[in-house]
Amino acid sequence: MANNQWKLEEISSIVAGLKDKPGALLPILHGIQDHLGYVPPETVPLIARELNLSRAEVHGVISFYHYFRETPPGKETIHICRAESCQAMGSDELEAHAKQRLGIDYHENTADGEFSLEPVYCLGNCACSPSIMVGTEVYGRVTPERFDEIIAETQAKP
Amino acid sequence: MIKVYVPRDSSALGLGAEKVAAAIQAEAGRRGARIELIRNGSRGLYWLEPMVEVATAAGRVAYGPVRPGDVASLFEAGFLEGKTHALALGPTGEIPYLKNQERLTFARVGITDPVSLEDYVAHDGYRGLRRALSLEPSAIVDEVTESGLRGRGGAAFPTGIKWRTVLNTPADQKYIVCNADEGDSGTFSDRMIMEGDPLVLVEGMTIAGLAVGATRGYIYLRCEYPHAHVTLNEAIAAAYAGGYLGDDLLGTGKAFHLEVRLGAGAYVCGEETSLLESLEGKRGLVRFKPPLPAIQGLFGQPTVINNVISLASAPIILDKGGSYYRDFGMGRSRGTLPIQLAGNLKQPGLVEKAFGVTLREILYDYGGGSASGRPIKAVQVGGPLGAYLPESQFDTPLDYEAFAALWAVLGHGGIVAFDDTVDMAKMARYGMEFCAVESCGKCTPCRIGSTRGMEVIDKIRLGEDLERNIALLRDLGETMLAGSLCALGGMTPYPVLSALNHFPEDFGVAASEKAA
Repeated sequence: MANNQWKLEEISSIVAGLKDKPGALLPILHGIQDHLGYVPPETVPLIARELNLSRAEVHGVISFYHYFRETPPGKETIHICRAESCQAMGSDELEAHAKQRLGIDYHENTADGEFSLEPVYCLGNCACSPSIMVGTEVYGRVTPERFDEIIAETQAKP
Repeated sequence: MIKVYVPRDSSALGLGAEKVAAAIQAEAGRRGARIELIRNGSRGLYWLEPMVEVATAAGRVAYGPVRPGDVASLFEAGFLEGKTHALALGPTGEIPYLKNQERLTFARVGITDPVSLEDYVAHDGYRGLRRALSLEPSAIVDEVTESGLRGRGGAAFPTGIKWRTVLNTPADQKYIVCNADEGDSGTFSDRMIMEGDPLVLVEGMTIAGLAVGATRGYIYLRCEYPHAHVTLNEAIAAAYAGGYLGDDLLGTGKAFHLEVRLGAGAYVCGEETSLLESLEGKRGLVRFKPPLPAIQGLFGQPTVINNVISLASAPIILDKGGSYYRDFGMGRSRGTLPIQLAGNLKQPGLVEKAFGVTLREILYDYGGGSASGRPIKAVQVGGPLGAYLPESQFDTPLDYEAFAALWAVLGHGGIVAFDDTVDMAKMARYGMEFCAVESCGKCTPCRIGSTRGMEVIDKIRLGEDLERNIALLRDLGETMLAGSLCALGGMTPYPVLSALNHFPEDFGVAASEKAA
């Protein structure tokens, strides 16, 4: 759920609410990404100042973790599991189908801004492989046909 | 009021459990049937999920896999009285898959309402903590040492020794950290505990705190587990409200505080020192050891860092005594292992058994053979850093030492099965690719070796200069094994070289040259 019309005051209040926790940087980055869908590079100086870190240190943490992103995602992010259990149950085919169906590769957004596609290495749903996650919902035993249904159901949601 | 159970476990939700629950509620309303819908954890019989249970006078009976469209006919058939139906599975406890297990750590999973403190206590919960509160710290550690429990995260280090080290290291503040960054492919037992019986983990961490003198704990949870995040937070809130967490545990004046922190999609943060860096708000770079985390861990303080299953095993050990737990198992592998069956199997799921059961029993008696009906060609045991085992090794007992003797690992107990359509050279390449994607970058063998490894396997798969490139791959494997800072680079050669050793034909090498 991307929100490009964010205000610096919102970010300030997220940072202020979390900065006194021990090891506050990850909770702060989660807080911002939960709110905006990504961590805008423009927020880095503010975070750095509040935590008494250098901007390079904050940027280094954001870029280290696969989950944090610096660009707005599509309305929904689809994660496809690439790990072994899913491979044993046909995730290669599912992955190819998803890319073709959405017309994008990993780390890209669809042109209409509806979806982002990301790889993930295990969703802990290995007894029901192959798996995908849309937003925070996990789906198991996903065939290419089921993938199309899930996409349609997701788009039909208000 | 008839109790009806529909799991809230994320795998069950991924197969439509939410819609099934809604359909049952709606149908009951339509028929004026008085039911109490309880959202339990999963019993771990995943091919039968969503599995619905009904509490009858004769005990709980199961139906599954249930789709929303089946609900009306279930009511029609009288499932609320436990009557038969095409999806009826009979008394849940009598299903052989479940009946033949030894569920110690998973004793309550799937049975209770995961976030109900009342339900937890009614099913023997918090008996371990009550006993621990009456013991000296050293006596708590003695019980854990006596149990023979070894770290279930994969490294199998004796838990009692780790706790003893922290107990004996004086400090004003010590920490208990739970490694819930369950990133290994084919593993989901941590998730099942956190979604199905989170209070057992809360209790285990509290016991660990009492044992070593730590008043603060963190659960470092991977962000890929949003449902576990919710259940953990609900359970922690219930424990605080009930006086089982806070500054005055059950009126004893002893304190323990607990908080969940989310990871951010870095596999390497399952490595304990990288996890501690991440908890401190830094890049998850692996630390040099020594100093051990038990001496200088989180924020430089003595820290117990244990896997979810290790900590969740502490309550039963304290409740029933270390010797009770120790009497399960074989050799130096004591107690039980929650085995996770995944990949190409007919009956994937969770099987908690005493150590010593063979891989073949697990794959065929429980797993039911491959889902595709084709022969099982290889299994990977112990996650993405575990070795591939061929059929000729399926009679190996699940035991840390027996696996080590085969140059394999039990790890966190995940087993992923592949049928005969798998290309093992492709899996070897994937092993290197995964390492390259997830390397923290601190040490060269892992950071560079993984990329060079992909390249050389690509050449091998094209048949280029085979002899030389295979020698190069083995040499690279040696370098990564011996020269990496942690298990990510140091164990990536396990899947890669075991694939080459056991399935040379997939690399274009004739089986007769296997010994080379």
